[in-house]
Amino acid sequence: MAEEMRIVLRNYGKIDPLKIDDYIAVGGYNSLNQARSMSNLDLINEVKASNLRGRGGAGFNCGMKWNFAYQTPADQKYVICNADEGEPGTYKDRLIMENDPHTLLEGMAICGYAIGATKGFIYCRGEYPSVAKTLKQAIAQAKEKGVLGDFSIEVRLGAGAYVCGEETALIESIEGKRGEPRIKPPFPPVSGLWGKPTIVNNVETFANIPVIVAKGSAWYAAIGTPSYPGTKVVTLTGDVVNKTFFEVPTDATIREVIFQFGGGIPDGKEFKAVQIGGTSGAFIPASQLDTPIGFDAMTEIGAALGSGAVFVLDSTRDLVDVTARIAKFFEHESCGKCAPCREGTMRMHELMDKINTGKGGSADIALLNKLGRVMSCSCLCGLGQAAPSPVISTIKHFAADYNAKLM
Amino acid sequence: MLNVTIDGIKVSVPDGSTILQAAKEVGISIPTLCYHPDQAVKANCRVCVCEVEGNRLLQAACSQPVMEGMVIKTRSPKVIEARKTILELILSHHPQDCLNCIRNENCELQSLAAEYFIRDNPFDLKVRGLTKDVSTPSLFRDPDKCILCRRCIEVCTVIQTVNALGIENRGSHAMVAPSLGKDLIDSPCIMCGQCIHACPVGAIGEVEDIDKLLAAIADPDTVVVTQIAPAVRLALGEEIGMDVGELPMEVFVAGLKQLGFDHVLHTNFTADLTIMEEGNELLQRLGSGGTLPMFTSCSPGWINFCETFYPDLLDNLSTCKSPQQMFGPLVKTYWADKMGIPAKNICSVSIMPCTAKKYEAARPEMNASGFRDVDIVLTTREIGRLFRMSGIDFKKLAPAPFSPWMGEYTGAAVIFGASGGVMEAALRTVYEVVMKETLEDVNFTVARGFEGIKEAEVDLKGTVVKVAIAHGLSNARKLMDQVRAGESPYHFIEIMACPGGCVGGGGQPITKANTRRIQRMDAIYIEDEAMPVRKSHENSEVKAIYADFLHEPLGHKSHELLHTHYQAKNKKFL
Repeated sequence: MAEEMRIVLRNYGKIDPLKIDDYIAVGGYNSLNQARSMSNLDLINEVKASNLRGRGGAGFNCGMKWNFAYQTPADQKYVICNADEGEPGTYKDRLIMENDPHTLLEGMAICGYAIGATKGFIYCRGEYPSVAKTLKQAIAQAKEKGVLGDFSIEVRLGAGAYVCGEETALIESIEGKRGEPRIKPPFPPVSGLWGKPTIVNNVETFANIPVIVAKGSAWYAAIGTPSYPGTKVVTLTGDVVNKTFFEVPTDATIREVIFQFGGGIPDGKEFKAVQIGGTSGAFIPASQLDTPIGFDAMTEIGAALGSGAVFVLDSTRDLVDVTARIAKFFEHESCGKCAPCREGTMRMHELMDKINTGKGGSADIALLNKLGRVMSCSCLCGLGQAAPSPVISTIKHFAADYNAKLM
Repeated sequence: MLNVTIDGIKVSVPDGSTILQAAKEVGISIPTLCYHPDQAVKANCRVCVCEVEGNRLLQAACSQPVMEGMVIKTRSPKVIEARKTILELILSHHPQDCLNCIRNENCELQSLAAEYFIRDNPFDLKVRGLTKDVSTPSLFRDPDKCILCRRCIEVCTVIQTVNALGIENRGSHAMVAPSLGKDLIDSPCIMCGQCIHACPVGAIGEVEDIDKLLAAIADPDTVVVTQIAPAVRLALGEEIGMDVGELPMEVFVAGLKQLGFDHVLHTNFTADLTIMEEGNELLQRLGSGGTLPMFTSCSPGWINFCETFYPDLLDNLSTCKSPQQMFGPLVKTYWADKMGIPAKNICSVSIMPCTAKKYEAARPEMNASGFRDVDIVLTTREIGRLFRMSGIDFKKLAPAPFSPWMGEYTGAAVIFGASGGVMEAALRTVYEVVMKETLEDVNFTVARGFEGIKEAEVDLKGTVVKVAIAHGLSNARKLMDQVRAGESPYHFIEIMACPGGCVGGGGQPITKANTRRIQRMDAIYIEDEAMPVRKSHENSEVKAIYADFLHEPLGHKSHELLHTHYQAKNKKFL
């Protein structure tokens, strides 16, 4: 039986987020001081040994990423916090920033020390103006107390583009350009913001850092599933009793998340499918509910943990209709830079609409499959590569729903 | 060096090579669409994707650097499926009117569609139905045809620093559009036409005036007279299946007569005349404390650029009209008198390597003869189309002479077509005028070549004249900013809007790489070398026009007909 475990949300509800003294009273900014007593490499190795992997969706080893930026010589380096929380149904970053903004600032400052950066940016979702206000207030307090030392942080607001959650598009946006992904390599730790070594980490990733520094990598690495240790904040939406959030160890199963924490499906209805990780996540059928939510286990079933959004659908839901709406979302959010995403998301929506309105045939299903295959391996960035997965996974696991709508 | 295996072939390639470059080493050609040899890698069309062992994602060959031990497959089933699907996606959003497209048979998308035998496209044809922009007399844009490779944006932004084009909207609604969604005429566009060369398809092209010419030829009362610009002949060969420079001038003249031109004259004549006027203007400015450095004024794209971006430096521009616009009023005055043809019956046509010339001819001040001075401007490409339509076989054509009075030219005029040519021609004349001695070696080789900015010093009786040459407007901008800051060391600056000068003009045969521009430049100096007379002031028809009509350089008649003024373009961009 899994139990909730609060690491990134450890101060949730316990402190006044707008009072830095509250944060300091519960040990806040001790980790930053401790980190600064270590050598850069020792600190990076500690983070590496914790096996903390990025909570934004790609799951890259955090310490390794920091090491790339540390090893790249430059006169200026940058730390960016990706707070462009644009995945529908996800609000974990908002929870952290609203309730414990200083833990984010502390995590960023530790990263800044580790890689040798004195400048940080928080790229905050445009729809979160109140969060930005809280962050600015926290930054002002930290500055006044002098806890950040020579590390300064600036808040930048996005303008609503989903693609700006992609780290290189986010960097372009901070630079004042059209939010579009860059070609990789070079990766941001080598050449990022204004061509300088840059670490882009998610809010939740940074919020883990002060705790890892305080309690040690061995403690952290032992939590949850070994290949993706720690906890994950999951946000439950849709047809589930407890439409709320939980922070759970990464070895919790999908079933535990929905039926134990989530309280199951309301009104005595049956479970049909769950989409995890946000809009680009695969739809998972009942047969795979015992999969742990850890990154690799999810990848194995062709799904993704992503942002930790858990969108539950009961058996009365029209899955083809839901998927058609998702396809529309991606057509709208494609930046238009690369051909397979620009044209592919538009066609995917067109074909899904055709099927959803009863005008499609089996050839359209085959074409969707081919298009999905090509997009997932040919698009320039994660948006286009992931966009087909709701379509492909529903065709695979819920063929009957499609067949029922074919001409 | 890095060792990689491509389609089973082992090869060692230099560090930093991309898959595309490595594949080329072993003779494997990977299809590309957004890739351009003279531009930054974009990797947005994804047509060049390849499979790299151990990697779930396909990699764009144009952008992916190879790594030691990499095993690459350029034609696996996964790769072929991806490429074909991407082409189907692009094609299904692109008009299928290849037959009447300006780029029919010279279109990169069309070639790829053929190579990948796209037959029954599974995606429904969906043309966007956007409005064609025909707001300028030089260029049109057909946004429906745009495949968003962004090559036009790069040339406009990086090479020309004009920034007339950018991306608007997102996703499948994304499109290349002039600044703030305005028409091209209201954008900073300078009509250089470099975007036409960059475009892989028919989304941008020249406004064609062929029908106007055919109507003039068909009218028995109209005397159709043409001038040919220096850079046209050597590139025209490329349009009609010959090598660069292979078409002899007199055979070209014969061909034009076959098309129905009544008289064939040469812009080179007014190029020599330009040297007389501009050389003397320089000497006058040097002697009388006039505004320096003086800028050349023969490139209309450059004039538009200066009027748009450097309106504070218009006094530095030579007041000389371009050779085309010197020719215009002279044909309808001097030449008309000499030939006994009423000016009103003359249709003055120019054949130019340039799209900005169409705009220049249409400027309201260009009516010094009392008529519009140049009635029709055709690009090299358009005259090539006319020749193909007319079925003329140049190999079987006997040479024909130019008509008298304005057809003679020197080697100095020939080199106007290459960046540095105007400078070199001017120096040949200025040297002899000032030194009053024969210039033994007329080759100012420092002025030649594809270097973006070239500079030289000439000692004229103790006065050191410093000159600079720039081609491509990003290079011009560097010199202009120096002038604006009061830090320019130069007396005389030659600027050509297009890379390579007129040989690389926007109206030339579609030019896919700078290597072709360099080839044409080389051909120009070979032609100059072969000319019996290589200094403008030794042109006997130029001497005659001064004796009979103009009387002296910078004289009253010259000012009336050959010089002009400039106006700041008060375009409000923001």
